[in-house]
Amino acid sequence: MSSVLLICQKELKSYFASPIAYLLMAFFGLIFGFGIYTATRDFMRFSFQAQMQGQSVPINLNQQIIQPLLGFASTISLFLTPMITMRLFAEEKKTGTIELLLTSPVTDLQVILGKWLGAMLLYVCILAMSMINLALLFAWGKPDIRPVLVAFLGLLLQGGCLLAIGEFVSILTSNQIIAGGVTFFVCLMLWLLNWFTSFDSGTTASIVNYLSIVTHFDNFSKGVIETKDVIFYLSMIFFALFITSRAMESRHVRS
Amino acid sequence: MIKVEGLTKRYARTLAVDHISFEVEKGQIVGFLGPNGAGKTTTMRVLTCFLPPSEGKATVAGFDVLENAMDVKRRIGYLPETPPVYPEMEVVEYLTFVGKLKHIPSNDLRRRVNEVMEKCAVTDVRTKLIGKLSKGYRQRVGLAQAIIHNPDVLILDEPTSGLDPKQIIETRGLIQSLAGDHTIILSTHILSEVEQSCERVIIISQGKLVAIDSVANLTNRLRGAEAVVVELESTGGRPNPSEVQQRLEQVSGVSRVVMKDSRNGRLAFEIESLPDRQIRGDLARTVVNAGWNLNEMRSIGLSLEDIFLQLTTSEEKETEKVGVTT
Repeated sequence: MSSVLLICQKELKSYFASPIAYLLMAFFGLIFGFGIYTATRDFMRFSFQAQMQGQSVPINLNQQIIQPLLGFASTISLFLTPMITMRLFAEEKKTGTIELLLTSPVTDLQVILGKWLGAMLLYVCILAMSMINLALLFAWGKPDIRPVLVAFLGLLLQGGCLLAIGEFVSILTSNQIIAGGVTFFVCLMLWLLNWFTSFDSGTTASIVNYLSIVTHFDNFSKGVIETKDVIFYLSMIFFALFITSRAMESRHVRS
Repeated sequence: MIKVEGLTKRYARTLAVDHISFEVEKGQIVGFLGPNGAGKTTTMRVLTCFLPPSEGKATVAGFDVLENAMDVKRRIGYLPETPPVYPEMEVVEYLTFVGKLKHIPSNDLRRRVNEVMEKCAVTDVRTKLIGKLSKGYRQRVGLAQAIIHNPDVLILDEPTSGLDPKQIIETRGLIQSLAGDHTIILSTHILSEVEQSCERVIIISQGKLVAIDSVANLTNRLRGAEAVVVELESTGGRPNPSEVQQRLEQVSGVSRVVMKDSRNGRLAFEIESLPDRQIRGDLARTVVNAGWNLNEMRSIGLSLEDIFLQLTTSEEKETEKVGVTT
């Protein structure tokens, strides 16, 4: 366990030693801030109009601002993942430091978990940028906090899944650009899967739909924790980390 | 300490290491020699559990590299060809990280880090980013990393590459001081380095073991033939160089006479004997009987360089032959 934390700590340090961590946090903060500005502006206009016309439309901060925004955040994380994971193994293989890690008394699994955990913590830091905006909503409105927490849990699970896939891709190459590009493509495909099948209802369609990463986030964004979604994400994380460790045993991948 | 039996490593189409077997005793320094692409790095990578062997067995301190990888890893320090350093870390930070990675107890860690920095002469750059260091410093940080946990076995892939002459001498001294407690395998392409710091040499070429012996034995074994330099005094074209050459060629046991120099009143010849023939006495007698003035006579040993070339090129010729016949 201490080796996992040691490698995790090392990963985090190198993220923050380079501009990459700050850049990603700034990008996410900007996009999310822009999103919340538009959503709040439209919400204000809508509720103002409703008042003028004397209608009593049930308005809800959670449903109209937070839920779509966190859905938006889940889409952004598709774009962030490749940039987080592309260096994980590709860089170590390029610079030869992988030889140090793999000839030290640590297991492959400890290296893989440490790196994944490091990437996860950076992802948490990036997500935390949205707290600034949400804190303002909580200061002036009265949204329900539970669905927000559930949505964040969903974001974490989805992120963990994508990061594990990215880590797997990164171990296959020593070229960071290829690692990033392929990861982006895979993430995009997983996202598009439910588009392809949106008008189908056959068995194939439902299986393909089940594999889509985004469909499982829907319930979380509504504030509902469904066991099958949690199991889907956890099993995807497990599977991706497992094939990473299998790939690591192969000699093609090592040097 | 290290035992390799029938080790073979195959890449997709190429055979990198072909049934190599050797043993290294505890406390020895062994030099690993071979031309580029001979399989030195591959063999080292198998010994450090970085790559699994395709065939054969390798054990370090009695532990198999496949079955007891953890026990092997705990006992080895490895310096790869490119020092495995993180450019974004400071030297102290990096060595502390490696120390933790190698399970050095935390109360001992600081002392060990300072100790290896002292040994490898990197104390003056301790708070510099490794990315800003020169190749020589990086190499020494890499060496510090390999010895930080005081491993039984040290495996060094070209430890002196990129260092300046003074640092090379210091590094060699450091490596020699580590012998005794540590078993060391080092690969190099600098032959004089092997002659100076290694007790035994393993020469491989194209994945095959060509020779394994002590440096002295190897030199003797291949020095069946003796080479002698004879220098005469000459004034005004006398004695006649071609006459001298003819007379020397007639001495029994001489296989070849080559004139090296005929300027400034000197006549120098390099004379090679047939295998296992002593020719110096006869040569001296011939010269003196002819009435010439003998300035100098000395025998020149074949250097490890010659042996290395002889071994590795004859190997190539053989494979060429095979290539033609098949």
